[in-house]
Amino acid sequence: MRQGDTTGVGFASDDGFLLKLELHSDPKLLCVVRGALERLTEVFGFSPPDRRSVTRAVDEALTNIMRHCYNGRTDQPIEVCCTRVRSPASERGDGLEILLSDRGPAVDPAKLRGRRLDEIKPGGLGLHFIRQSMDTVEYKRAGSTNQFRLVKYLQPSTQSRTP
Amino acid sequence: MQISARHSDNTTIFDVTGDIDLANSPEVRKALLREVREKRTPRVVMNLTKVRYIDSSGVASLVEGLKASRDLNLRFILFGLSPSAREVLQLSRLLKIFEVYDDEDQALSS
Repeated sequence: MRQGDTTGVGFASDDGFLLKLELHSDPKLLCVVRGALERLTEVFGFSPPDRRSVTRAVDEALTNIMRHCYNGRTDQPIEVCCTRVRSPASERGDGLEILLSDRGPAVDPAKLRGRRLDEIKPGGLGLHFIRQSMDTVEYKRAGSTNQFRLVKYLQPSTQSRTP
Repeated sequence: MQISARHSDNTTIFDVTGDIDLANSPEVRKALLREVREKRTPRVVMNLTKVRYIDSSGVASLVEGLKASRDLNLRFILFGLSPSAREVLQLSRLLKIFEVYDDEDQALSS
């Protein structure tokens, strides 16, 4: 939470800001981020399967950044910023937007398609997991940073449980 | 994550505790491939009862173990999948490819 924000997740600030994590590109920190996302998605009101989906997507996106944007270097900066967003479709609940930023070289969008699943082989599954898990998956280059935007919306039946 | 091995007859059981992710999946891969390719153990069993989370690199390690086993006509078995582990195998359409059982008794009597 931002310093001074003591009102909790259900009463996020006007801009919807919820949580920001800054970490090094060290795989040993992945479990820390998963722990934070598990709790955030719980208090946000997601169902257990959707909590696992969001946590999995963020974990896989961070893994891709560490492996492909930073080529395994463990001392490079990554930001994870979580925000509550309104759904453009009225029938859907609020959404959790996770913006992941890194300072690696630009990503070739052609490499963000993932591979076909009809062949049994290791590797190439991370992007598939991300796309299957989230409602929105976007990439853009902003200045010297890569920005991956992931959004998952609450199902209407779980919206009422949001604190 | 911790991984240890139990050996009996023609079987090795790997007991894995903790999450399998980018930080430690190479360790799982190394242990599996050593057991299959070097030792050629007829039946390799993965006890995933205490594994709460597996990422795509962990799935890739399991796929490598499976492929290496098939290449040598050996068996590769999983049991004790958590909801999260089951979901990633379903998402990658691999759940029906692996030999999966609920518990150790079922896995060993198969």
